[in-house]
Amino acid sequence: MRDGVRGLLARRFDSEALRAAAGTPGLDRALWRELGAAGFFALRLPEADGGVGLGLPEAVLAFEEAGRVLLPGPLVASHLAAGEVAGAAAGETVVAAVDGGLVEWLAEADIVRGDAEGARPLRSVDPLTPLHRVPADTTGGAAAGPADPVAVLLTAAEQLGTAGRTCELAVQHARTREQFGQPIGAFQAVKHLCAQMLVRTEVARAAVYAAAVTAGPADIAAARLLADEAAVRGARDCLQVHGGMGFTWESEVHLHLKRAWVRAQRTGGATESEELLAADLVA
Amino acid sequence: MDLSYAPEEEEFRARLRQWLAKVLPFLPPKPSPGDWPARRAYDLGWQRMLYDAGYAGLHWPADAGGRGATPTQHLIFLEETEKAGAPYVGANFVGLLHAGPTIAAEGSAGQRTRWLPPILRGEEVWCQGFSEPDAGSDLAALRTRACRDGDDYVVSGSKIWTSHAEVADWCELLVRTDPGAPRHRGITWLAMPMDAPGITVRPLRTLAGSAEFAEVFLDEVRVPVANRVGEENDGWRVTMVTLSFERGTAFVGEVVACRRVLGELARAAQQNGQWDDPVLRRRLGRLNAEFRALWRLTQWNVSEAEAGGGVPGVGGSVFKLGYSHARQELYDTAADVLGPDSLDLGRPWMLERLSSLSYTIAAGTSQIQRNIVAERILGLPKGR
Ligand SMILES: Cc1cc2nc3c(=O)[nH]c(=O)nc-3n(C[C@H](O)[C@H](O)[C@H](O)COP(=O)(O)OP(=O)(O)OC[C@H]3O[C@@H](n4cnc5c(N)ncnc54)[C@H](O)[C@@H]3O)c2cc1C
Repeated sequence: MRDGVRGLLARRFDSEALRAAAGTPGLDRALWRELGAAGFFALRLPEADGGVGLGLPEAVLAFEEAGRVLLPGPLVASHLAAGEVAGAAAGETVVAAVDGGLVEWLAEADIVRGDAEGARPLRSVDPLTPLHRVPADTTGGAAAGPADPVAVLLTAAEQLGTAGRTCELAVQHARTREQFGQPIGAFQAVKHLCAQMLVRTEVARAAVYAAAVTAGPADIAAARLLADEAAVRGARDCLQVHGGMGFTWESEVHLHLKRAWVRAQRTGGATESEELLAADLVA
Repeated sequence: MDLSYAPEEEEFRARLRQWLAKVLPFLPPKPSPGDWPARRAYDLGWQRMLYDAGYAGLHWPADAGGRGATPTQHLIFLEETEKAGAPYVGANFVGLLHAGPTIAAEGSAGQRTRWLPPILRGEEVWCQGFSEPDAGSDLAALRTRACRDGDDYVVSGSKIWTSHAEVADWCELLVRTDPGAPRHRGITWLAMPMDAPGITVRPLRTLAGSAEFAEVFLDEVRVPVANRVGEENDGWRVTMVTLSFERGTAFVGEVVACRRVLGELARAAQQNGQWDDPVLRRRLGRLNAEFRALWRLTQWNVSEAEAGGGVPGVGGSVFKLGYSHARQELYDTAADVLGPDSLDLGRPWMLERLSSLSYTIAAGTSQIQRNIVAERILGLPKGR
């Protein structure tokens, strides 16, 4: 399953395609249907309903792969809509959703779930995620109720993908870029940044994979907090390790950081998860 | 990730719980931290109870006198004993977690029968004489010299930070046997009896006020050649076996304990009103996430060890880095819950707050662990 998704993404959305997409944003409908055909959206639907009949652990692996390559589009919203919105499972219908006062990919979607009344476009920080802001008094914030735990976990899986990928990118660069006559990865200041990236990634991985097995709300909230941190800090440290190159549009590093920021705003943000975990301590 | 337990494992857990419920109420009172002879007696007494009940050396191989339990059963053992509030390994730490496993892996048949059973029965205490004043992180710089004289090595030099030295019967000692060889190839592993003539132990007070470790001065101490584990000058390799045990499994019970403390902290915060402060509350929530993840990572490492068998690997460094910093954050948060009372060492958690400061230093500092992760897992080059 994981290899299937990884293979499809390697073929259809490699680093070059990512950079090209950043220049000409827009949803690749053909790719979306291919994802549908590969079972990305129907993964957790029962086979009787035309789905793949797998569970959260497999979905988490698929979303981790999507996160690694920064696959654009309302992936979580469309996945959650499979079986509920006609055509979503097959990748024929692109479904977006209102979440935390924001809507990703509103204009490109066929269907928007939630109340997007009065939504206005933002100058999105992430070139690969068009954003609309919904007025706070309609669906934004607490009024929307607690976040869907599956959405929280799948977002965490995407963040985990970014955490792993940015660690790899940093290590690759640290091994090849030379200064003062040696690879910069031989300098301890750089080495230790990389080591901490791996520590955060592996701790987050344990949390995300375990939450996929238990599906418990506290486990999912924990996964989310650790994966957000591993992704956002990982992308920042990756940028630092790349030096001036990291500050360019040309390198893909900024795309990882910007997407990690976008995902961190989803499903109530960190606050909701922290409060849930605090309440869990005295339950 | 497989988080489920087999029926035999659940049965093992149930029997262990029953036994703990039966014996723990009859434990003698805990000795005071400053009374080392009493601490030794208490820790050995507990080990003897484990031995009699068939729980000693659970994870040791059967041919070393252990029970050959699976890593998962060992994990269950550490989890349940901690949850039940059973004593910690204490003075048995080096014997059970470093010296014993090293002897089991590298010792001769005769050495195994001489040293392993007394460790399991709670009769002999071991300490670890590795660090020296000029060889800490750079352990291979150690200079304590051992010269062959007939059937003995004659050992002179000094060790430092030796935990439990005052009450130990044996010391796993690293000595230099070939000063001419490259540093890593001139080191030998010896078991030194602590009552041998020429040994002086000078206790050192830690910042927590008690004497947890000591300086050990060695003046022409005679150690039989028969006490050498592994070949002469092969001690570095033998040592690496020990250190990987230390970093792999030593903290399981503590993670369980930290999760309990976290719950206690939250309730204390509710009682003293700090819970109304969202910043503090959210910090506690974040710690909950952290320790849940560390517990999962432990379970995962254990099931990997079970699948792969053998010695816990460098993954222990990843865990130790995450854990030692989370533990310090936990006790710093405890101090914030207590506010001004955090300055009172009579308050709960405040002594642990002090001892948590050693976690980023002992058993390889955080900086050294990061070097290990970067060089051995990520493959970054060594610096010049
Ligand atoms: C509570 C406690 C119990 C202990 N028990 C024992 C015991 O029973 N037996 C035993 O043998 N030892 C024991 N130790 C010793 C422990 O293993 C050493 O303290 C530890 O390895 C560090 O060595 P050091 O104290 O000489 O510090 P140093 O090695 O001098 O380190 C000082 C600082 O320099 C940094 N540093 C050193 N080298 C590097 C490098 N290459 N790159 C980056 N930074 C570096 C370190 O991270 C640290 O911050 C114990 C220590 C403590 C605190």
